[in-house]
Amino acid sequence: MRYDSLLDSLGGTPLVGLPRLSPAPDVRLWAKLEDQNPTGSVKDRAAFFMIEQAEKDGLLARGATILEPTSGNTGISLAMIAHLRGYRMICVMPENTSVERRQILQMYGAEIISSPAAGGSNEAVRMARRLAAEHPDWVMLYQYGNEANARAHYATTGPELLADLPGITHFVAGLGTTGTLMGVGRYLREQVPGVAIVAAEPRYGELVYGLRNVDEGFVPELYDPSVLTTRFSVSANDALRRTRELLDAEGIFAGISTGAALHAALAMAAKARKAGQRADIAFIVADAGWKYLSTGAYSGTLEEAEERLEGQLWA
Amino acid sequence: MAIEVRIPTILRTYTGGAKSVEGSGQTLAELLGDLDSRHQGLRDRLVDDAGLRRFVNVYLNDEDVRFLGGLETPVTDGDTVTVLPAVAGGSR
Repeated sequence: MRYDSLLDSLGGTPLVGLPRLSPAPDVRLWAKLEDQNPTGSVKDRAAFFMIEQAEKDGLLARGATILEPTSGNTGISLAMIAHLRGYRMICVMPENTSVERRQILQMYGAEIISSPAAGGSNEAVRMARRLAAEHPDWVMLYQYGNEANARAHYATTGPELLADLPGITHFVAGLGTTGTLMGVGRYLREQVPGVAIVAAEPRYGELVYGLRNVDEGFVPELYDPSVLTTRFSVSANDALRRTRELLDAEGIFAGISTGAALHAALAMAAKARKAGQRADIAFIVADAGWKYLSTGAYSGTLEEAEERLEGQLWA
Repeated sequence: MAIEVRIPTILRTYTGGAKSVEGSGQTLAELLGDLDSRHQGLRDRLVDDAGLRRFVNVYLNDEDVRFLGGLETPVTDGDTVTVLPAVAGGSR
């Protein structure tokens, strides 16, 4: 397939069946390979839509500065587009994110401001807000509350899924900004009566939650629970195990958050099978495993990998 | 057999530092009531007049109880209940 430029090749990712992990001929799993986007993650869609919208709104002109709290993929997507379009890019990023992400961001010319590991992305969001207030000329696209994030998936990911899988019964994706689930979820609910929209939320270790006060948590502005059918909290152990199973059984080398989505997808598959219902369950492969090699997630025993992952933001 | 309830660090002042405690009940509300009888004040940190507090997430066997039946969600011996503060997502 031929495109005029890298950005023109955004989306249109393959949906591949998982013949070995699907539990029955009429309960099937399908993986949407979002790692096959321009910078290798599902975040390219949201980043592109958010920048296009900001340009349309007159917020961004050549030389402008974009500021974003991100633990990785969104930052990389924004940094690539910013690089091509002549914007300065600053990422506020928790210090407990993998070294690969930092190196890729720097390659695209982004500047990185580190936020404390304890508190994870909450702290990065807080710090970015503070910086945005101090620098009113900087543009914070703010993926957690930017409607263009969810709209990217309503306009592209959702229609692609339905075109490739008209019999879709379940959609499963990781829950972070909630943009993928809200956008695809709304689109599918309009088109497919009874479709189940399922969130897989990463459950981190003590360090990430340790200092979080239950009175001042964080819920993304985009989040609308009425779009979801259910929501799973997936431990690092389960996510790692499924990430490895996906590679073993189907040859797909995915990032760790994909293991969490697969875990929830398999739980829904088991429920459908128990209920004697047919199911076509699509889930998002948010990125490939390359950026997580240094975390040790793919070597040694599961227990060793889990230990190494403790305190890191793996999704 | 009982129901295991995992407590986040920030609330362990109510459980004498214990990472998990055990309780019983037919529903999540009863379970929290039972816990509160031994760990006084814990329930108030999780629940207000409107139900579960906004930034508190409670999972029954890894599934968010808000999608199961909220405080009226049935629980049974052998279940695991996990309480976590709401945090922003990861690689986004």
